[in-house]
Amino acid sequence: MMEKQYKHIGKPYNRKEAQEKVTGQAIYTHDMELPGMLHAKCLHSPYARAKILSIDASEAKMLPGVKAVLLGEDAPYLLGLYMVDKRIIAKEEVRYQGEVVAAVAAVDEATAERAISLIKVEYQELPAVHTIDEALEAKILVHEDINELEYMQGVFFPQPDSNIASWNKAKKGDVKKGFEEADVIIENELSLPAVAHVPMETHVTIAQADLYSSKIKIWSSAQSPFAVRQLLAKSFGIHKSDVHVIVPYVGGGFGGKAGIHLEPLVTLLSKAAKGRPVKLKATREEEFNQLPTRAGMRGRIKTGVKKDGTITAMAVYYDWDSGAYADYGVNVGKAAVYSGAGPYEIHNIELHSRTLYTNKVFSTAYRGFGHLETHWTIERQMDLIAQRLGLDPYEVRMKNILRPGSRTLSGELIYETSGSPSDCLEAVAKEIGWSGYQSEEAREAQLKTGKVRGKGLAMLQKAPAMPSYTSTAAIMQMDEDGRIKVMIGAIDMGQGANTVMAQIAAEALDVPMENVEVVWEVDTNKHPYDWNTVASKFTFMGGNAIKKAANSMIKQMKELAAQVLRCHVDELTHGGGYIYHVHHTHRRIAYEKLSRGYVYENGNGIGGPLIAHGVYMADGLSNLHPETGQGMPALDWTFGAHGIELEVNIETGEITILKVASAFDIGQVINKKLVDGQVMGGVLQGIGSAILEGYKFAPNGRLMNPSFTDNKIPTAKDLPLEIVPIYIENPQTDGPYGARGIGEHPMISVPSAIGNALYDALGINFYRLPLSPENVALAIANKDH
Amino acid sequence: MCEVHKNNCFIHVPSGMQPIALSCIVNGEAVAAMVDPTMTLLNFLRSELKLFGTKEGCGEGECGACTIIMNGVAVNSCLILAAEVEEANIITVEGLAQGDKISILQEEFIEKDALQCGFCTPGMLMSARALLDRIPNPTVDEVKEALAGNFCRCTGYFPIIDAVMATAERERRELRK
Ligand code: FES
Ligand code: FES
Repeated sequence: MMEKQYKHIGKPYNRKEAQEKVTGQAIYTHDMELPGMLHAKCLHSPYARAKILSIDASEAKMLPGVKAVLLGEDAPYLLGLYMVDKRIIAKEEVRYQGEVVAAVAAVDEATAERAISLIKVEYQELPAVHTIDEALEAKILVHEDINELEYMQGVFFPQPDSNIASWNKAKKGDVKKGFEEADVIIENELSLPAVAHVPMETHVTIAQADLYSSKIKIWSSAQSPFAVRQLLAKSFGIHKSDVHVIVPYVGGGFGGKAGIHLEPLVTLLSKAAKGRPVKLKATREEEFNQLPTRAGMRGRIKTGVKKDGTITAMAVYYDWDSGAYADYGVNVGKAAVYSGAGPYEIHNIELHSRTLYTNKVFSTAYRGFGHLETHWTIERQMDLIAQRLGLDPYEVRMKNILRPGSRTLSGELIYETSGSPSDCLEAVAKEIGWSGYQSEEAREAQLKTGKVRGKGLAMLQKAPAMPSYTSTAAIMQMDEDGRIKVMIGAIDMGQGANTVMAQIAAEALDVPMENVEVVWEVDTNKHPYDWNTVASKFTFMGGNAIKKAANSMIKQMKELAAQVLRCHVDELTHGGGYIYHVHHTHRRIAYEKLSRGYVYENGNGIGGPLIAHGVYMADGLSNLHPETGQGMPALDWTFGAHGIELEVNIETGEITILKVASAFDIGQVINKKLVDGQVMGGVLQGIGSAILEGYKFAPNGRLMNPSFTDNKIPTAKDLPLEIVPIYIENPQTDGPYGARGIGEHPMISVPSAIGNALYDALGINFYRLPLSPENVALAIANKDH
Repeated sequence: MCEVHKNNCFIHVPSGMQPIALSCIVNGEAVAAMVDPTMTLLNFLRSELKLFGTKEGCGEGECGACTIIMNGVAVNSCLILAAEVEEANIITVEGLAQGDKISILQEEFIEKDALQCGFCTPGMLMSARALLDRIPNPTVDEVKEALAGNFCRCTGYFPIIDAVMATAERERRELRK
């Protein structure tokens, strides 16, 4: 391949906003105050499922300083991304412990809190749906009106008189025959609990409703201002253009701030408080049990294999314990239908993914969107297959891996330019010195020392999970000094999108990096549309849009310069901040001379202010067939693999991770510093899901660990000794400079690789997360007996 | 005038208790104020002094987002009552730079990309600063120990540790000059 000669692509620039963030100047919604601003607090249901018999808020309303009290009857609107199933405030029935039953706006938080404590609610507790099996039994319906709920037809499939919010399916080949051809059939069940996103900034919204019109202004810690606008307008039955959403700096999202959350409630409070701005900042406890989580999941998998490890058939049921409302949950379930077999070619497969309503805090997108969960099933199963056949799990993976010419689960063809899963697996296996499972003797010898080491591998894949017609846009303007302002509708919540976009703009225009500014504070009244900042799609989509905008800007400059330089546009080229003649290179004009149109010496002006735009529409995607799951769901696949070496203390069950090697075929590294950040942060979140985190519910459905005290995230002391990021660069021909997405991927499969390494270390298979010291120690103790 | 207590109080005291007088030094400036006795130092810094650099991640002393330096020690300002800081010397993230020049620690945070969303960053910086003031040549384990009370959900901590180690080295070099 020709050596790539880029000036900015591939350079590890510091993030653009870093200085504002290290000096405390960066303003988050959390920090904002507006004139006349009130503060809101919410009252939550103490029960998983109950009837609200009565609410008496009269005392709260009388409290001095209270400006608005809202109950369910004051908020007669239904909300929902794909299933319109959620009330802004519960009315008549509560469906999870933590659901909002009343809200107050007052002059300060203390007064609002006092008012909340004065609201008296009488409940009648009802039997609830706690588990996946209870949900499937459908003796109790979480939504008795499920048959009447509005939903996105053709994409999601709610089942009548059930708790199934959507049942998505894939069917390919001849599964029966495939199992008949198998030498061995291996069946397993793997599961994992719900987990919280834990952005360090909790959800926070300020809303100001114009009392005399339907105009609404919102400042929010949202990942998706345009989705907030659309869903809020739909729910309230008003014009989208009347909803104005502004997003200052966001303190982390990870999917939990996608879609719409506090915004409608705060808007109604502002309306009720005569149009004063109202701020609602979720407490950490509310972050755990009012705001959505990642769903718990159970995967039941049956695989038919030949003795040499070739998979002949697969049947999978993914059941998602998705909580009381569908939110993104149904789309998470849908992602399993085209990605839930891992990066392998399986000719005969039947896959079911059921998003289930249960009486728990509802779930939403979380970094990797269903993939950490499905990969926990698939990638553990690959090792379980290898163990049964007495093969090396590396070989079993390689035997079935997607290669150019293979077809994915949904029937999509893999090209040379789609990226290479095998390159990733090879790279991590080499990095951790993989040479197959250790022998029983080696294990026994280690066990005597009280500490056992083991290694594990796991593959991963993900493509953006999004509607087939997802689009984005970029606007580019040149200032008089030749500097460029770029406007995009995506939110940089720390993933570095704005810096990467600036690099792409600088490369395409051939200007210094400091001459490009991506304008912060996305504002739906000023910035161009973007669907949602989710799905690791923006480098690809936004990058393409910015390249197009830059090309359009260059074209405009050339057209103007051609007049001035008296030549044909085709004879002009650009570089170093100039438009110049390809041969007579001294015939040139600096960009800034064209930024407001060109002015001749005699004062004549031609052209005008330089503004360009570029759009990108997801290309060639289609809806999946409702029965077979066949179609084109994936804009770009990013494949990867983790190799992990760890040590287990057999006394305490504590795991020390010695090394994580993580390889991803991202096509082209645009900024290594920023990608490294995604890998380190993502891997550590994966370790959190694997070892530390997880919701614990009491038998009555109450969340037992809604705080950092007993729902910890990894700290600096939980780090692996080493994380080695490896980037494979097989370029994606339709990606910007060959790049693919990477934001979510590092998290996927980390638990699977740890689970596999635990088997190598202990000879024990784990089927449930988390692999906490207690659980590991217990399994070791049980094995000894 | 206070909206709750109408005519008889001129500072807004949400608890309705008798406000108390407080004086201390914040980022080198003398501060004197009347405060609600129930107000935390975190709220005092943010709502009264309008120093919004210090963040709240939990309000329960678990996450470290609110870390400031009080009399040379890194503390969670959400666990301290404003009333307790009488005469104290307090430094927040806004006090790290010298004039218009950011400190070495801040520079290294930028250089090593020790931040993503940036929400943990002010607290992280203050814990790191207090450590380096105490131990100018820390080991990696000492850095991990000092930062263990500061959650970061974004970075995976490695770049933060690198930044602190690099700062220690540069500051020692600076001192030798
Ligand atoms: S806000 Fe003080 S420790 Fe979390
Ligand atoms: S940078 Fe986001 S929490 Fe640390």
